[in-house]
Amino acid sequence: MSAAAASGAALALAERLRPLLGPDAVLTDRAQLRTYECDGLAQFRVTPALVVFPRTAAQCQAVVRACIDAGVPYVARGSGTGLSGGALPRSDGVLIVTAQMRTIHQIDVANQRAVVDPGVINLQVTRDATPHGYYYAPDPSSQQICSIGGNVAENSGGAHCLKYGFTVNHVTGCEVVTPDGEIVQMGGKAVDSPGYDLLGAFVGSEGTLGITTRVTVRLLRAPEAVQTLLAAFHSTDDAGTAVSAIIGAGVLPAAVEMMDALAIEAAEAAVACGYPEGAGAVLIVELDGPAAEVDHTFAAVQKHCRDHGAFEIRVAADPVQRALFWKGRKSAFAAVGRISPDYIVQDGVIPRTALPEVLRRIAALSGERGVRVANVFHAGDGNLHPLVLFDDAIEGQGEQAEEVSGAILDLCIEYGGSITGEHGVGSDKAKYMPRMFTEVDLDTMQMLRCAFDPAGLCNPGKIFPTPRLCGEVPGRHKEAHPLVQAGVADVF
Amino acid sequence: MSSDIALIDGVQAAAVARPGSQDAVAEVLRTAARDKLTVVPCGAGTKLDWGCPPRSADILLDVSALDAVVEHVAGDLVVRVQPGVRLSSLAVELARANQRLAIDGVVPGSTVGGIVSTALSGPSRLLYGTVRDLLIGITVVRADGAVTHSGGKVVKNVAGYDLGKLYTGAYGSLGVITEAIFRLHPVPEAAAWVVADLPDERAVGTAVAAVLDSQVMASALEICRPAPAGPITVAVLLEGVAPGVKARSAAVSALLGSGAATGDEAPSWWSVLPGPIILKLTAEIALVPPLLRGLREAAAVTRLAVDVRGSAGVGVLFAGLAADADPEATGRFVLAARAHCRDAGGFAVLLRAPAAVRARVDAWGPVAGLSLMRRLKDEFDPDHRMAPGRFVGGL
Ligand SMILES: Cc1cc2nc3c(=O)[nH]c(=O)nc-3n(C[C@H](O)[C@H](O)[C@H](O)COP(=O)(O)OP(=O)(O)OC[C@H]3O[C@@H](n4cnc5c(N)ncnc54)[C@H](O)[C@@H]3O)c2cc1C
Repeated sequence: MSAAAASGAALALAERLRPLLGPDAVLTDRAQLRTYECDGLAQFRVTPALVVFPRTAAQCQAVVRACIDAGVPYVARGSGTGLSGGALPRSDGVLIVTAQMRTIHQIDVANQRAVVDPGVINLQVTRDATPHGYYYAPDPSSQQICSIGGNVAENSGGAHCLKYGFTVNHVTGCEVVTPDGEIVQMGGKAVDSPGYDLLGAFVGSEGTLGITTRVTVRLLRAPEAVQTLLAAFHSTDDAGTAVSAIIGAGVLPAAVEMMDALAIEAAEAAVACGYPEGAGAVLIVELDGPAAEVDHTFAAVQKHCRDHGAFEIRVAADPVQRALFWKGRKSAFAAVGRISPDYIVQDGVIPRTALPEVLRRIAALSGERGVRVANVFHAGDGNLHPLVLFDDAIEGQGEQAEEVSGAILDLCIEYGGSITGEHGVGSDKAKYMPRMFTEVDLDTMQMLRCAFDPAGLCNPGKIFPTPRLCGEVPGRHKEAHPLVQAGVADVF
Repeated sequence: MSSDIALIDGVQAAAVARPGSQDAVAEVLRTAARDKLTVVPCGAGTKLDWGCPPRSADILLDVSALDAVVEHVAGDLVVRVQPGVRLSSLAVELARANQRLAIDGVVPGSTVGGIVSTALSGPSRLLYGTVRDLLIGITVVRADGAVTHSGGKVVKNVAGYDLGKLYTGAYGSLGVITEAIFRLHPVPEAAAWVVADLPDERAVGTAVAAVLDSQVMASALEICRPAPAGPITVAVLLEGVAPGVKARSAAVSALLGSGAATGDEAPSWWSVLPGPIILKLTAEIALVPPLLRGLREAAAVTRLAVDVRGSAGVGVLFAGLAADADPEATGRFVLAARAHCRDAGGFAVLLRAPAAVRARVDAWGPVAGLSLMRRLKDEFDPDHRMAPGRFVGGL
């Protein structure tokens, strides 16, 4: 389709959708459309042809059906905080924003579930559950703004996923508008629905298998006790061995987070978190659970830190102090803006035991290339967030930073890890997928995509470097096997 | 290979292949693809008669020779195993490092491949999650013989689709698992079971709600009702450091009432499926009591002895019936149970039953999203040659 024809198709769609959604819910004004040109990864920008704000699943379905009829691609968007360009629009397509779907339908304490709209903000679920003594466990640092629909799509993690798992472990049901325009219920409040685990495959599929219009999540009982410490070490090596000692002793903390000297410097500049001076690395270790367990284990954790070179340990006396410990960590990404005009937030994973070695190699890489790297990470599960610093005003620095950032991913792969632990592949890392998976692996993953979206209109161009042509594989038999036909006829 | 295993739930396998390597598995599948042969994968064969019988089994693909623990990285709490490894021998090996895979072996002799393919979890799913939550990477040989991977060996990983979720519980209908990577947990220092007999469904509802709503963090919360109208035993497992377990068992004991007893051994029925006819029942947690009531009534109407137990804390129960239970009555019981499960927001699946029972009721029952599942099967196994007919909707 030519560019003119494409935007013509989108405008025709706008006319068709206005009466269904209401005039305010369909944007075609260029300036307004520009607001949606990127998500949290601002390097990639594309102005969508059309932005729509459905209020209900039925409206969402109507939009998807209209897109199918017109052969126009569409992309879902929650709060737009994604860091891999997952919600990057298509210039010839429709951006379906869930911002008008923000109702928490039910806090069902007896069943330990909440039923929410996709646009509901992550933290709001916990806020509504707190008066009952419950909370929603996945807590990405962006939890004050990111949406549950976005969390589902990215299978988002958070500081506490070491102990409690990721979004996929906390979603028990999704209502989904599938790319064939149907509404399918996957799972519900009860667990273990019979059949293939469509829900398990849908969570983390980065918006490429449909749009979720209602989500059922688990609510957890708030822990009886929480203990948090901040430990300062001379080096990341020492901090890394302390983490190994803690985990090796059979302790499963709720969270273990590490920051290196440069990340600490940035956090101090931004939020004055008052971390111990002269620290080459700090660890935040949080334990939660029954008081009788936490008290006992917390003493052991402090000893492990001391035995492995912690020169100062602070224990949070109350929730205010705990929040202060976390403030430095949670603001770290943005804080780096204080010490560098530009930076890349990288997200890679290594086996936790490789941590000291990989950190040394990142430092060496940084030295060799003259590019500064600040490290903030979920140390308990080996999820690194190197922040690669550069100044775009200086020629060549952007490319250099990009190279270092890519080299860090290569290190993750070399050590048997992953190119993304929580931010997703999106538009950003599709090109790295062949470094981690074989062509056959990627082809097999795309079979799932073909089953859901043979026309390839649902968030196309994400995750996979080369799209698979559905239904055009040589040697495939589209007509059912005679035996199968006979068998099916027997069954029904 | 004994000939009784070559007989799959009444269907005679034409040939048995027992490859010794992943390459050999791929070779078998390539040959089968070329000659359009149907293939039924199996491990120890302990659950070959679960689901529906295959429509055809030109080849029984026995992976029990692939029984190596490939890699156990204790420091990373990760293990990579071949599918033929028995859960029990894996447990022995992991225990040397004071670690465990938090999946209970509810069917003795089960292999890892069989556990993954049937998504079979036991009591500890309350705290540790199910098979799909603990599986972090998988290698599967496709119907066309291609060797494919998904996930990896790090716990946190969102690169690409997580196909492990699809293979878990697929009964071999999408391909043959040749390797699985799991997240492990440390073996806790201490464990205790608090057990109480309760008179009726209402008392169970109150007790379960009280434990779940407390902050004791139980590892498991099981119930057992061996006779359909008899008392119901509730058992709660607590794990952790010794002083913690002591304090927490006292708290649970208070919640369960004066008859509660605390011990360091599991009750005899713990982690054992009832049977030999097995019906799996799911419900919203708060609707377990009405489901229990419904099962009691259905048992009375059909005059069947039904043994009900399971993970009340997550809303998953199993009903067991005798092998010689009247097929007609059993069929009626299944339909009644299915209606009660539906009312409770869940499903009833007949995991295992004689042909005479299955002839009367659909083992899988209604399934949401079946047309998507069909398309998925068509993609992965276009000729429908992998364990044909064993899975939902005749897939
Ligand atoms: C400061 C900061 C800190 C962060 N910290 C973390 C962290 O700790 N852990 C972590 O995991 N992530 C983190 N993130 C990344 C991001 O917040 C998460 O990926 C989040 O889940 C995205 O939610 P969103 O609503 O902003 O989604 P969007 O960015 O709008 O969209 C993300 C993806 O979801 C899809 N999508 C959105 N809604 C739906 C729907 N209803 N149905 C189907 N698909 C949909 C989109 O198409 C897109 O592919 C952070 C981001 C920032 C900016």
